[in-house]
Amino acid sequence: MSNAARQQSSRTGLLAGFVLAALFMLSLFVGVIDVPFHRALADAGALELLLISRLPRTLAALLAGSGLAIAGLIMQTLTRNSYVEPSTAGTAQSAELGVLLVTLLWPSANLFAKSIVATATALLGTSVFLMTAHRLPPTQPFLVPLFGIVYGGVIGAAVTFVAWQADLLQYLSVWTNGDFSGVLRGRYELLWIGAAMLVAAWMIADRLTIMALGRDASIGLGIDYARMLQLGLVIVSVISALSTVVVGMIPFVGLVVPNIVSRLMGDNLRGTLPVVAMSGAILVLGCDILGRLIRYPYEIPVGTVMGCVGGIIFLWLLFRRPAHA
Amino acid sequence: MIQVENVSLKHRSTPILHDISLEIPKGGITALIGPNGAGKSSLLSLIARLQPLQVGKISIEGFPVDTTPNRDLAKIIAILRQDSIVTSRLRVRELVGFGRFPHGRGRLTAEDQAIIDQSLQQFDLTDLADRFIETLSGGQRQRALVAMAFAQGTDYLLLDEPLNNLDMYFARELMRSLRKIADGKGKTVVIVLHDINQAGFYADRIVAMKTGRVVADGAPSELLTPETLHAIFGFEMRVETIDGIPMVVHLR
Repeated sequence: MSNAARQQSSRTGLLAGFVLAALFMLSLFVGVIDVPFHRALADAGALELLLISRLPRTLAALLAGSGLAIAGLIMQTLTRNSYVEPSTAGTAQSAELGVLLVTLLWPSANLFAKSIVATATALLGTSVFLMTAHRLPPTQPFLVPLFGIVYGGVIGAAVTFVAWQADLLQYLSVWTNGDFSGVLRGRYELLWIGAAMLVAAWMIADRLTIMALGRDASIGLGIDYARMLQLGLVIVSVISALSTVVVGMIPFVGLVVPNIVSRLMGDNLRGTLPVVAMSGAILVLGCDILGRLIRYPYEIPVGTVMGCVGGIIFLWLLFRRPAHA
Repeated sequence: MIQVENVSLKHRSTPILHDISLEIPKGGITALIGPNGAGKSSLLSLIARLQPLQVGKISIEGFPVDTTPNRDLAKIIAILRQDSIVTSRLRVRELVGFGRFPHGRGRLTAEDQAIIDQSLQQFDLTDLADRFIETLSGGQRQRALVAMAFAQGTDYLLLDEPLNNLDMYFARELMRSLRKIADGKGKTVVIVLHDINQAGFYADRIVAMKTGRVVADGAPSELLTPETLHAIFGFEMRVETIDGIPMVVHLR
């Protein structure tokens, strides 16, 4: 990394860190039950509320947000296309299909077992997407996201059909629309596995950057392209499946966050990956806080808020092309 | 030495290469010439293990390309494909720096930095080092890609039409740089060229291909004759010797 890039990277990272810390504190003290800051540690009831509900909720938003942003980033790297993300390429829908099937066939399965099945189906669904995406002509960059949307739509339709047949439509929204209001201590910890995936992504950051240069360039530089592709797939699938099972699908995070960071800082993942992770956490946590405040004391699910906020950001990204591109 | 033994290649049922055998000794510049579709790029990508070998054997320095670990080969041979497109937003210096990846697996030492600086300087990219690739012109981009292949520092360098998009000045600069590393550092360069006079002036040896076969092979002075050129390209050309250099006049 050049000096200019490194300076910019650490400055942006620092700024993102401050914003994230501020939102983290804010999230702990926003909710139906008012916990004044000065009483938080003195009052046993207030402390319990923080530890059982607010802190887990905040951590869940943070983990899901950073994970989804990184999953989007990796997906964009592997397809060499900046307009794909897990929720528009069949990954999230495949995970939903998995969790639905396990609910039907093995109703007593716990969250962990559900996550494993969802990860497996997400892996399968994403592999099919990637194999197809690599066959599409590179001269038509919009075919990849278009195919992803259609493909995700088909799987999503299958999910709806099965749920409708089994009279589980009401239940389905638990996974299709992200919501942190049900997160309590003991019910979100699986998301920490996603944090391990972030560490894995960070460790292969250079390789991912090279993979974005294409298969030939990667092989020429001595990278085991097929194996790295599989590893990337696993990271994307695990993260998406875990967030789908634990909090439900949150759209747009994986799409807008990596694109914004890429415009600001470029695509050298060694420098940008931490910023992408933090920005994803900021966006999701921010939207969750917004959802708690808009019609206080009632809540709007984060999936809905993100659908609006993310959509607006995405449109803005599309219309405001970088000056030199 | 690069050894190609009885290599054939088919794409579905279309034959691309027919039983090619070729030895490229260490050191010097070998130019691959021939009409479009002759199989030059396919041969290059087979040597650089970008495509699986179907029939025959290829080895570099005695290492078979199909069984030697990829990361080891990356320290011996570098390739620049003709259709390399960079879609990532990387700075020129970052891109050239990735040429060093096979050596430190991502950690850049002071020595790596020196090599990167040298590659940037060699291709007149020092002033552009902090620019994003996408903001460069086609020729500047091409230079950045060549600089990346240079930075890889391998003994063998395969270049597929690297003069694309380069103006006369930089085409000459690139060929002179190649001559310099071939003479000074004993590097082996295999380069696909369409400008026959560049091949005649800078290469030690020219290998001509046509419809998947090697049709002529020799020093420029032997190979650049009206008869041989007619056999390769299918039309009459005049060859004049100016200051001892064969010049092909192919415009009429």
